[in-house]
Amino acid sequence: MQQSLRHLQLHDKARIVAISAAGELGRRIRDMGLVTGTEIEIVGRAPLKDPVAIRLRGFTLTLRNNEADHITVEKLEPSA
Amino acid sequence: MNKRYLAFAGNPNSGKTTLFNTITGSHQHVGNYPGITVDRKEGSTILDNNKIDIVDLPGCYSLTAYTQEELVSRQVLVEERPDLVVNVVDATKLERHLYLTIQFLELGVPVMLALNMMDDVRSKGIQINIEQLQQDLGCPAVGTVARTGAGKEELLRTAVDFAAKRNGVWQPLTISYGPDVDPVLECLSGMLEEAQLLQEKYPPRWVALKYIEGDDSIIEQGRTLAPELSRQMEARIQTLREHCLKTLNTFPEALIADYRYGFITALLKKSVVVTQPQSARLDLTDNIDSVLTHRVAGPALMLALLYTMFHVTFTLGEYPMELTHRFFALLADGVTAILPDGMLQSLIVSGVIDGVGGVLGFVPLIMIMFIIIAFLEDSGYMARMAYMLDKIFRSFGLHGSSVMPFIISGGIAGGCAVPGVMAARTLRSPKEKLATILTAPFMPCGAKIPVFLLLIGAFFTEHRAAMMFSITLGAWVMALLVARILRSTIIRGESTPFVMELPPYRLPTLQGVLIHMWERTWEYIKKAGTVVLAISVLIWAGMTFPGLDAEQEEQFVAARFQLEQSLNSTTTPAQQEQILAALKELEHSHSLATLKHSAAGRLGQMLEPLTSLAGFNWRTNIALIGGVAAKEVIVSTLGTAYSLGETDVDDSSSLMTRIQKDPDWNRATAISAIIFVLLYAPCFVTIVVMARESSWGWAMFALVFNTTLAFILACAAYQGALLVL
Repeated sequence: MQQSLRHLQLHDKARIVAISAAGELGRRIRDMGLVTGTEIEIVGRAPLKDPVAIRLRGFTLTLRNNEADHITVEKLEPSA
Repeated sequence: MNKRYLAFAGNPNSGKTTLFNTITGSHQHVGNYPGITVDRKEGSTILDNNKIDIVDLPGCYSLTAYTQEELVSRQVLVEERPDLVVNVVDATKLERHLYLTIQFLELGVPVMLALNMMDDVRSKGIQINIEQLQQDLGCPAVGTVARTGAGKEELLRTAVDFAAKRNGVWQPLTISYGPDVDPVLECLSGMLEEAQLLQEKYPPRWVALKYIEGDDSIIEQGRTLAPELSRQMEARIQTLREHCLKTLNTFPEALIADYRYGFITALLKKSVVVTQPQSARLDLTDNIDSVLTHRVAGPALMLALLYTMFHVTFTLGEYPMELTHRFFALLADGVTAILPDGMLQSLIVSGVIDGVGGVLGFVPLIMIMFIIIAFLEDSGYMARMAYMLDKIFRSFGLHGSSVMPFIISGGIAGGCAVPGVMAARTLRSPKEKLATILTAPFMPCGAKIPVFLLLIGAFFTEHRAAMMFSITLGAWVMALLVARILRSTIIRGESTPFVMELPPYRLPTLQGVLIHMWERTWEYIKKAGTVVLAISVLIWAGMTFPGLDAEQEEQFVAARFQLEQSLNSTTTPAQQEQILAALKELEHSHSLATLKHSAAGRLGQMLEPLTSLAGFNWRTNIALIGGVAAKEVIVSTLGTAYSLGETDVDDSSSLMTRIQKDPDWNRATAISAIIFVLLYAPCFVTIVVMARESSWGWAMFALVFNTTLAFILACAAYQGALLVL
């Protein structure tokens, strides 16, 4: 099922299927390694639920919810 | 001796600066790139018969032209053509760090890799086939551990050898960007080659790539040099863009990034093997984070930490500050004793020594503050603070990282805006940084406190705590509101994305922390010292000249002479005391007359009709004008203006009584004055630091804007209070 990255729960894993951000935001997202096909995991949320911390390519980065809206993901089933 | 020029480059948190510090040690200095506030760090070392000069480029993730750091890095590579770029990468995160490496290789500049954090690589069970990696990337790679210095010699040796071998020749790497982008890339680089556009600086394929990526700086250069060609190229790219959107629903620049990462993934498949998927340090970081960024414990611990940090800084800082003050007081006494009374003595004591002493008095504070800041930053906790607070600060147009400058400036009453404004350095978003710098001086700094204590003591004794609390709260409200207003008017613009790395927790190195602290401190002494000295002399002149007329002066001299005469002729102690008191009185009224007669005094009197709207008489005006030099001056100048002589900041009880009795002062005036002192022009040291961190234009804006705002609010409060009280 495809959904916005914003709606993932803590510890969910997902694969990026599309990124709709252009301009500076798009560039920053790409520079940090968020490109189509990347697998990510939600590792934390700030005390006020926003921003969100995600893990990818062996490191952790933060995104605001309205920035996460530009990223469409496909949730991966938790592996056994 | 051979000379070699290396550039250290890499992502933030790659350990690049730690490696640079380990290699160059104390042989380094910090300057500035012209026109911007990015530090230029240079250092040197000697290896065998080679003198190696190293520039530590600012950390960046990419080589586009979006941030100052990236632009500067690119400029150094292209304009200064270093012999070799030493690309420092975190070898545990090669997949992301090589993204920048690829861009260096595409530019063609000679590159070698420093595979840093090899100790972590081993402990995480990652195996890197360095041989294979070198072969695939076509550049040397050396494993290092920057924190211990392991591998640094091999790194330098390899660097010197490779630099000699390449001899400054650029060899651009060609990567395929797929069936859509490649043909356009070919076509554009053909056009560029034919027209010889930007050929002397960049490889044609790289320029073409930047055109497709929409790089403002390159496109701007192209448009200026060859408008027609540039137009043709942009039209070609527009077609590509539409094609990509229609058929692939993506942008060309996104495709380019995809292929770059694809290239890296393929490369790493051959050279990197992960035997244990679990990572020790990340686990430790996760465990720490489950407490430090916990929903409840996180903010509570952060508050506790901020408070402790603040407390430690100002308690520890008190002793060296006291010492510095004493030293300058002694110096002032010495000079007073040596030089004869008069203008020269007054200039040196009140202008030069007080001014320089005022600046250097902050130095211990700045040192402690930056040791703590460097520690928080290098350990990785600063990023977590920004992460936790971002939501709140963002709603006011600021950034999570704005919290530090606010707290230090006096967000917990008693700070200082000078290190506060300097702490805004950690903000990497220009608009948010500017808004933070402009609003942080609203906080109740340590020098404003005595004024508040005086006024509260005189008019609100029974509500001391409540008043101090309201002042601090009011400062926060004003700072945040004004930030919001600025960000939606003159510093308008989208908030900078919060795509930020949360680095693993690390114990900072002592060397790193000390170097960081010393850089900031020295910069402060150097910059603030010169300008502040000039300004403090100027203010001294404003409060001294023009002196009294000869006639008035003579009257004082005559009166003094008379009193001294009668002092000599009296014998009873009671009478003597009486005369001494009269003499003191005379001195005070002499100071008052001089002050009243000076430029500042006249300005104060001239402004009285206007300032009476806020309830300020001319005496208050003079004190407030003096407060622009330093807020500490307000209480002492008020003392002089009330003919009490210079009033000790710490003991203002006589001034308190005097003000209470003055019909010009009442509770409404006190409220109005508190508001005005809290918000009006930052002191001159702060203004100089603000100019340094932004520009003189913005610093002057703060001077005028803050004073106007403070005056309007003070008037409103005064008029309102008159009605209510």
